[in-house]
Amino acid sequence: MDSALGLSWRQYRLERRMFWRNPSAAFFNFLLPLILLALIGGLASNDQKALNIIVPGIAGLSIMSTTFTALAFNMTQLRETGVLKRVRGTPLPSGSYLGALFGSAVTNAAVQIALITVAGKLFFGVGWPKDWIALLVFTAAGVTCFAALGVAYSHAIPNFESAPAYVNAVFLPVILISGVFFDANRAPKLVRDLAEVLPLKYVVDGLSGAMVTGKGVGDNLTALGVIALWAAVGIFLAIRGFSWEARRT
Amino acid sequence: MNSAPAIEVRGLRKRYGEHEAVGGIDFIVGRGEVFGLLGPNGAGKTTTVEILEGYRQRSEGEVSVLGRDPARRELELRRRVGIVLQSSGMYRHITVREALDHWAHLYPSPRDVDEVIDVAGLRESEDVRTRRLSGGQLRRLDLALALVGDPELIFLDEPTTGFDPAARRAAWETVRSLKGLGKTILLTTHYLDEAQALADRVAIIKEGRILAEGAPGDLGAGDSSRYRVAWRNGHGLIVQRETDDPTTLLHELTEAALARGERLRDLSVSRPSLEDVYLELTDDG
Repeated sequence: MDSALGLSWRQYRLERRMFWRNPSAAFFNFLLPLILLALIGGLASNDQKALNIIVPGIAGLSIMSTTFTALAFNMTQLRETGVLKRVRGTPLPSGSYLGALFGSAVTNAAVQIALITVAGKLFFGVGWPKDWIALLVFTAAGVTCFAALGVAYSHAIPNFESAPAYVNAVFLPVILISGVFFDANRAPKLVRDLAEVLPLKYVVDGLSGAMVTGKGVGDNLTALGVIALWAAVGIFLAIRGFSWEARRT
Repeated sequence: MNSAPAIEVRGLRKRYGEHEAVGGIDFIVGRGEVFGLLGPNGAGKTTTVEILEGYRQRSEGEVSVLGRDPARRELELRRRVGIVLQSSGMYRHITVREALDHWAHLYPSPRDVDEVIDVAGLRESEDVRTRRLSGGQLRRLDLALALVGDPELIFLDEPTTGFDPAARRAAWETVRSLKGLGKTILLTTHYLDEAQALADRVAIIKEGRILAEGAPGDLGAGDSSRYRVAWRNGHGLIVQRETDDPTTLLHELTEAALARGERLRDLSVSRPSLEDVYLELTDDG
């Protein structure tokens, strides 16, 4: 038997193995953002201004999809199929278990950001990131914020069958209005106002500063503050509404 | 191993709003004992067991499991207890062996994984992913996962529901072998024969209350003066009569039969079974 940390590491390795064995999860979590980048980046290949928006935009999208989408989905599934309840009856500490789930989502986010960064340099004329620290800080902040919101959102999803609908009802509108595919400042005012309240725009702003314009953490403190605020709300709701058991019994 | 009871329950109540699922029950399960909670669906069996497992908080009463309060959810207690829930899920893409190996590492002194695979009868499916297992195989995996930590106390919540008769017998043998190893087992079931076959003592529970408690044999003979005498009469029909004094009744019956030159076919004398007691106690009429 290992320590709580050792158990968490063991659980993390199991989560990774399980992730790759589930082809549809691997596809939606892993390949979809990269395919989107290839398609949209390919369409805009002569327009460097557009590429400068799309590359950090897709990076923000992949942070949200690997954490928010994946965890909202996975937590609902684990809860409704009774895996959470079974785990709860073992001596695996809750923190070790949830830490492993979080770590697995973060791994997907980190690998995607790395791939997008390399693709940005090799294929999309964005060059290497101008501020690596800002890239790290905004990735970490975005991952924490969206992971917490994903877990919190899973509490609102009543059953596994409706999970895709619930998740996409949030994910798709948010990526459309938050400047993932176009310059958010050109959107209608109402859309802009809405995006200004939500965290993804600020994650994309921070990543854009890091990858394209060279704005560091110090230039984007407001953005970081908004993300931190959402993260705090997300963590509070994630803990408060947490249920180890299926809704229908 | 000490001699204190494995489980002690006193005045246990559980309310959900207005509804009282468990209405003040008491029982004690000794070390090494197989204790059966027997009752119809919705009687409060699972609520009671889930309080003992640490899943639910009680509303009132005292509960002790291996000397600890399960509501505190101490790791130390969870290391010594194995749980088969009425229903629980598993990662769909994990194989039987991987699941058991992973689970074994959560416990301080687990059993050998191969041994558990054999005990649970999962040898042929050890490399199969759980999504491809049949319902019965999944249920055996539930049992294997509960055993792999080598627990002192095992909760089995309706472990054989949905089993075919052969699988059921096999599961019973497993429970008996666990008892042979000195394990304490708390079993809930709505199958009378299961309680009768496995439990050292049974509590019959209905609407959150214990109606009777004792060894399955003693419960049946609860009213020790009652006997049932049955036979087949001249028209081939079963006749049965209850009596406090079977000696006299049998004498009269056999004498009359001999006088008529008949035989009392299928003659039997029995005491009320657990089933009779159960049906009588849980009958709404």
